Amino acid sequence: MIGWTTPRGWAHIGAGFAFALLIPAFVTQNFLLHIAILVLFSAYLGQAWNIAGGYAGQRSFGHAVFVGTGAYVTAILQTRFGWNPWLTLPPAIIGGAAVGWLIGFLSFRAGLRGSYFALITLAFSEVARILANSLEITRGGLGILVPLSPGFANFQFANKGNFFIVVLAMFAVAFGIAWWLEKSRFGARLVAVRENEDAAAALGVDTFKAKLHALMLSGGMAALGGSFYVQYYLYVEPPIAYGVERSVEMLLVSMIGGSGTVLGPLVGSIALHLISDTTRHFLEAPGVALILYGIVLILIVGFLPDGLISLFRRRPTVVPDTDSGAPARRGAHA
Amino acid sequence: MIYDFPIIFSSVMNGLMLGGIYALVALGLTLIYGVLHIINFAHGSLLMIAMFAVWLLLETLGIDPYVALPLMVAGMFGLGYVLYKGVVGPMSHGEDANILLVTLGVAVILDNLALYLFTGDTRIIERPYSFEMVEIGPALITLPKLISFLGSLAVCLVLWLLIDRTDLGKAIRAVAKERQGARLVGIDVENIFALTYAIGVACLGAAACLLLPTFYVSPQVGNVFVIIAFTIVVLGGMGSFLGALVGGLIIGVTEALGGLFLGEALGQIGISLIFILILLFRPTGLFGGAK
Amino acid sequence: MLEAQSLTKAFGGLVAVRDASIKVPEGRIVSLIGPNGAGKTTLFAMVAGFLRPDRGTVTFQGQDITGWQPHRICALGMVRTFQITQPFANLTVLENVMVGAYARIANRLEAAELARKVATRVGLGARLDQPAQGLTVAGRKRLELARALATQPKLLLLDEVMAGLNPTEITEIVQVIRGIRDSGVTIFLIEHVMQAVMSLSEYTYVLNNGALIAEGEPKAVASDPHVIEAYLGHGAAERIKKGNAHA
Repeated sequence: MIGWTTPRGWAHIGAGFAFALLIPAFVTQNFLLHIAILVLFSAYLGQAWNIAGGYAGQRSFGHAVFVGTGAYVTAILQTRFGWNPWLTLPPAIIGGAAVGWLIGFLSFRAGLRGSYFALITLAFSEVARILANSLEITRGGLGILVPLSPGFANFQFANKGNFFIVVLAMFAVAFGIAWWLEKSRFGARLVAVRENEDAAAALGVDTFKAKLHALMLSGGMAALGGSFYVQYYLYVEPPIAYGVERSVEMLLVSMIGGSGTVLGPLVGSIALHLISDTTRHFLEAPGVALILYGIVLILIVGFLPDGLISLFRRRPTVVPDTDSGAPARRGAHA
Repeated sequence: MIYDFPIIFSSVMNGLMLGGIYALVALGLTLIYGVLHIINFAHGSLLMIAMFAVWLLLETLGIDPYVALPLMVAGMFGLGYVLYKGVVGPMSHGEDANILLVTLGVAVILDNLALYLFTGDTRIIERPYSFEMVEIGPALITLPKLISFLGSLAVCLVLWLLIDRTDLGKAIRAVAKERQGARLVGIDVENIFALTYAIGVACLGAAACLLLPTFYVSPQVGNVFVIIAFTIVVLGGMGSFLGALVGGLIIGVTEALGGLFLGEALGQIGISLIFILILLFRPTGLFGGAK
Repeated sequence: MLEAQSLTKAFGGLVAVRDASIKVPEGRIVSLIGPNGAGKTTLFAMVAGFLRPDRGTVTFQGQDITGWQPHRICALGMVRTFQITQPFANLTVLENVMVGAYARIANRLEAAELARKVATRVGLGARLDQPAQGLTVAGRKRLELARALATQPKLLLLDEVMAGLNPTEITEIVQVIRGIRDSGVTIFLIEHVMQAVMSLSEYTYVLNNGALIAEGEPKAVASDPHVIEAYLGHGAAERIKKGNAHA
C-alpha cells in the first residue's frame, strides 16, 4: 500500500507502461509478440480473479464461467445478430457482471464461505459448460467460428502488435482498478471482509453487498477477457470457454504472484509463462508445464503464502511491542 | 413409447450399479472430511491414477483387475499416507483454504503427469467376462457392473467394520469428534490424520479395480468423478457414511435417468445442479446434521 | 437512547437469554455484569444485530431496530466491540481503524486523519504502521476500541474490554473510556472485572442464567444477596453476612 503514492512510484509505473508500448515497435517476430500477448492476457485475467479472490478473499475455482460468458456473448452477437465486435464488449461485460450477481447473490445469501464457495463456483462453471455443450445457440460442441475479416473496425488485426496494444490497454485498466482498490473505501471494505467478516459487519460494512459487488466487478472484467479471446483466436467452444483449466490458471497466476496485491497477477503470469516456455524449449510434451505449475502452487502455499511478490517487497520494520508507548513509529506516512 | 417400464427399470438398475461405485469413491472423501475436516480436491485425480495403475497391471503383467484389488488397496494406502505426511500436511499449515489449494495442486500434477505418461487417449480393457449378461427382472446387466456394485457394498461394509470395531477405528472416531481431547489422552493425532487420509485413498484403489472393467480411463476421468463425489458427500451430509452410500445410489440413478430423458450431453447437468441446490438450500445434507 | 424489551434467545433447548429488558439513557455509562455463561454476550449480539432474538424488541433512539443487520445498526450510530478480539490481522493498525472511519467518511485522506486521531486517543499512536497481528492482548483491546470509535458512534457497546489486562492497563483504559463518555458518547459495557465496573459505571444490570436478577447503582447491586449468590455460589451471601468482619 505504501509507496505507490510517491512520485518515484508513479515514475516506475509510467516507465513500465511506456516501455511496454514500445514493444510492438521493436519486437517484430510474431511468436515473441504472441507470448507477450499471452503474458498480459493471463495477467489481466489473473487480476480479474484477484479482485474477488485476492482482495475480497472469495477464492473461486470457477472463474471460467465469466470468461466463457463474455466469449459467447461476443461470438453470438457477432455471428448470429451481425453486431460489430466492438459493440459486443459492453454486453459481454454486463453479462459477466450479471452472472457474478447471480452466483454471488445465491452463494453469499446462503452464507457459503471458503471451500464451499470455491466448490460451488466450480459447479456453476460446470453447469455453464454442459449448457454450452448442449444448446443450439452456442452450437453445442462444434463451437463458434468467427469469420475472418481483418480491420480495426472488426476488432481483428493482421498485425499482432495491435492486439498487443489492446491487451495492454485492458491490463492497464485492470491495473488501475486494483490500484484504486488499494486507495479507496470500497477496497478497504473488501479487504476487511477478507480478513474478518464479523468485525467488518460490526464496523458498518455491508459484507453481503461488498462481496457481491466484488464478484460482479471481477466477473465483468473476466468476461471482457473472454471477448478478447474470441477476437484473438476467432473461435470458441465449451471446454475453452468454461474449462476447469481456465479457472485454475486464473487462480494460479494470482496466487503465485501474490493475491490481493496490484502487481501480483503480472508477476505470477510472467513466472508461469517463463516456466511453460522454458520447459517447452527442453521438452515438447503435453502436461509438463502444468505439472510444474502444480508444484509451484504447492510450494507457494507452503513456503511463500504472500506470493512471489513478497520476495521483492520491503517488509515494514516491526517494532517490538512492549506497550510502553515509546515513540517508535516508522514508515512513509507523515 | 420409448419410456416404457423395462427401459426405465434397466436404466434405474444401471444407475444403481454405477451408484455403488460412486458411493465407494465418496466414502473415502467423506471419511477424510469427517476426520480431518478438509476437502480433498485431489480425490478424483487419485482415482484416475489408481485406474491407470490397474490398467498397467493388466497390460504389462496380465493381472486381472479383480485379482489386483488387494495390491491396489495396499498401494493406494501407501500413496495416501506418503502424500499426506509429505505434502498435504506440511504444506497447508492446517488451514482449510490452504488444504484446498494444496490438494488442487496435487490434482493438477497428477492429471498432467498422467497426460505426459499415457497421453490423452481414452483406454478401455477387455476381459473374457466383459460382456456377460445377468438378468435382473426385465433388465439385462453386464456382469462387471453387478460385480462392481456388490464389491463396492462389500468394501463399504469392511470400511464400516474397520471404523466401528477396531482400535484404529476407535482412535479415528476419537480424533474426528474431539481432536484436542484425543491429543490429551495420548493419541498421535497427526498420524491418525495421515492414516485416515490413507484409508480414504485406499478406497480409491478398490474402486479403480471394480470400475475399470465397466468404464474407461483417461487423464481427465478424475474431473468426472470429483464433482460427482463432492455432490454425493454434500447430499449425504459431510462426514456421514450412510449418507455417502445412499447419496451415491441416488446420484447414480439420477445420472442414468437424466441421460435417458435429457440426452447424454445435457444429462450430466443434473449432478452439478443437485450439488448447487444442496449447498444453497440444505448444506447439512439430506440426512440432517453432519456426524 | 437504547431500549431492549423482553429479549429472549434459545439455542436448541438451552435458553441463553430469557425475557431481558434493559435501558441505556443517553450520556451515561451503563454496565451489564454476570458470571461466565450468563448470556451477556448473547444479549449484546441481539442488541447489535448479530443474532436475531426469538422474542422481544430492540429500540435505538426511538427506532425499532429488531433484527436489523449489524452494518445498518452501525450506520444509525451503535457499534460493538468483540470480547474475543477480531483484528484484521494482516492490516496495519492504521488500516484497521480506517475501516471503522470509512463508516461515515468516503474520502481516504479524511478517514486516515480521523483514524490517526482516534488511535492516538486510545494509546495506539506509536503503532499505526504495525501489523495488527503483532499487537499484545492489551494492544488488541485498544484496537477494538479505536476501530469502534472511528465509526463515530452515539452508543458504544464494549464487550469485556478489560478482560486479560493487568491493573495498570485497566486503569489506563478506564481513563480512556471516561474520556469517550465525556466527549458525548453513551456507553454500554459488559464486564467481568467487578472493580472496574464499580468505578466506571453509573448503572448496572446483573444477568445470571440468562435472566436479569438485579439492577441499580453498582454499589447497591454489589451488596444484593442474589448477586453475591450468583457470583460466589449458593449460600455465599449468608456466609458473608455471618463473617461480616471486613467490607
